[in-house]
Amino acid sequence: MSAFLLAQQVTEVADTVSTGEAVAFWVLAPLSLLGALGMLFARNAVHSALFLVLTMLSLGVLYMVQQAPFLGFVQIIVYTGAIMMLFLFVLMLVGRDSSDSVVEVLRGQRLAASLLGVGFAALVAASLARALNDVTPVGLVTPNTTDGGNVANIGVALFTDYLFPFELTSALLITAAVGAMVLAFTDRHARGTKKTQRELVEERFRGDRPGSLPGPGVFATANSVATPALLPDGSIAEESLSAIVETTAKERLSGDVRDVAGTGERPDAHALTGARADARADTPAEGTATKEGEE
Amino acid sequence: MNGNTAELLADDPIWLVLVKVVGIFAFLVVMTLFMINWERKVVARMQQRPGPNRVGPNGWLQSLADGLKLAFKEDIRPVLADKWVYFLAPVISCVPAFLAFSVIPLGGEVSIFGERTALQLVDLPVGVLVVLACSSVGVYGIVLSGWASGSPYPLLGALRSAAQVISYEIAMGLSIVAVVMYSHSMSTADIVSAQSAGWFFWLLPPSFVIYVIAMVGETNRAPFDLPEAESELVGGFHTEYSSLKFALFFLAEYVNMVTVSALATTLFLGGPMAPWPLSAIGGGVLNTGWWPLLWFIAKTLFFLFLFIWLRGTLPRLRYDQFMRLGWKVLVPASLVWIVMVATVRAFKNSGDFETSDFLIVLGIALGVLVLLSLLLPDRRPEQDENAVPVTGGGYPVPPLDLEVPKAPPRRKAVGAQPSGTSTSQGQQPVAVSSKEASDGDV
Repeated sequence: MSAFLLAQQVTEVADTVSTGEAVAFWVLAPLSLLGALGMLFARNAVHSALFLVLTMLSLGVLYMVQQAPFLGFVQIIVYTGAIMMLFLFVLMLVGRDSSDSVVEVLRGQRLAASLLGVGFAALVAASLARALNDVTPVGLVTPNTTDGGNVANIGVALFTDYLFPFELTSALLITAAVGAMVLAFTDRHARGTKKTQRELVEERFRGDRPGSLPGPGVFATANSVATPALLPDGSIAEESLSAIVETTAKERLSGDVRDVAGTGERPDAHALTGARADARADTPAEGTATKEGEE
Repeated sequence: MNGNTAELLADDPIWLVLVKVVGIFAFLVVMTLFMINWERKVVARMQQRPGPNRVGPNGWLQSLADGLKLAFKEDIRPVLADKWVYFLAPVISCVPAFLAFSVIPLGGEVSIFGERTALQLVDLPVGVLVVLACSSVGVYGIVLSGWASGSPYPLLGALRSAAQVISYEIAMGLSIVAVVMYSHSMSTADIVSAQSAGWFFWLLPPSFVIYVIAMVGETNRAPFDLPEAESELVGGFHTEYSSLKFALFFLAEYVNMVTVSALATTLFLGGPMAPWPLSAIGGGVLNTGWWPLLWFIAKTLFFLFLFIWLRGTLPRLRYDQFMRLGWKVLVPASLVWIVMVATVRAFKNSGDFETSDFLIVLGIALGVLVLLSLLLPDRRPEQDENAVPVTGGGYPVPPLDLEVPKAPPRRKAVGAQPSGTSTSQGQQPVAVSSKEASDGDV
């Protein structure tokens, strides 16, 4: 590798841009800008995340083009592969239809955000100006060709000159990971928490009823689960009554009652076109409506 | 060799690069078609049935026919699906799968139409990372397909898959570290040439085992095929997909299998180098020209057969068992192994220690460990003071002051009926109790 890379002019690299590099830049830079803007303006949170992925990928390829292949691929593996994946994970769990809350929870958030934004922009502009005026570019040819190449030199730099910041970063990450675990971890086997299957079985057999509760008395005369079971002496078995059925308001069951009685709505071919809002197809109809509204 | 390979590849004309790209693409697609058929045939053989044997000679064109049929099927998009992401997901999962193969060295130096070149598309100083990066981008395909389908089963499959691939990618990356330490490079061509003295499969067996387990987890294959567990999730992340989009997922899965197998070959089995007895023939003539391609394909097929074998043999793991294996076994084991390898290398590099010295130290340490393990007290089975004493037959011993309840009145009424067998029925409780008593003596 060294021979092949040394064949390129070492001195020339400093201040020129080759055609290939220019083409790569003019393809990747608009793409990454597009991704950044898309991230800001996309309505859907997952789309935002995807636009950010586009930006990160473009940046990674830009690094590779500028002779930093290790940095480029690590950018893709770590940022695109791991961090954005975690973002997506959370977004997917939150649900696809949840939208941003318009109520501001933090007071003075806008002011603080704009101040910080302006400050950050100033910082970027200043460092960019300094990089363009005061710093003489040396290029990466020397570190890429001597002492084992790009990767080996990054390793050496990390474990000698930048050992302390490197370890500090790892300590920060470990603190975050341990903190997340402490917050999220629940000991399932501790006393007083969720019982194991064995404990449940033992408890059941120590109690006064090892068997199951009596089922409802569904006989030929009634096919409702609300029918109580009868004991041998003809009295009603209280345990067979479903608490849920007993407490359900009668109005909520009116649709079912109509269906059973045969006075409800009959199946109708018009329902297939979605033209008629069927009382019982409430939920799916709502779902499609919001979907169409989004688009 | 890397210098050689990189130099050889650097002056490839455009047409040669295109030929290689098309060649790799064709190789992967043909391997997919072959692999589907081979898998069905081998699994069928393991289950003592014929397998596909209708289309083409011996049924070898079955997967081609299936693929064509898939392409002409109706393409269905669910109403709740996210239009663009739903379309994008199969593409995202397919492209990195093909991309990863570009850094795999398929063979040594050959001449194609008079142009000297290496049988490899590109040789990067960070070649191994390319494969990892591609697999981490490929997860997006699975995750997005699950999310974009807008239905619960695919979403669950996608969540499982994301967690699985991320966890096993860590184990996979760690198993590669030892290889990189020994070969002093991340370039795949360098790693292959570093194995000319001995394959890393012999040198780093724990890394090899961890890599092989992680590669099965990484490609969502049985016994780790939780993202598409049919018995739980219908079809997993691709439940809602049909037609060509489904075919793309299928293609990506098999191409990924070929890629991780090829990487295993490259990292641990000497890549395109001829195996030992063959490499000695004719002063290594089988390691020149186009021969290495043959060895490479043979080794890759070995790993692919391993995939099929595992699928035909092992039941699917439960999700928590699977995660426990990844995080509590594979990752710590590879970390310990890396520390050991680094220690050995540091001692060797310092020059004060010979290999024999090191082996003696290792032997003494092992002996001390074994002696210490003898000192550990045996683990006693836990005694439960509430436990009922049990007879030899496994029945609980009744208490000595047991009062046998009187027979219920209804029984008596039955026993009082004047009939031939009624007397013996009436006495049954007594008979049973005597039988129980005799059981206790056994």
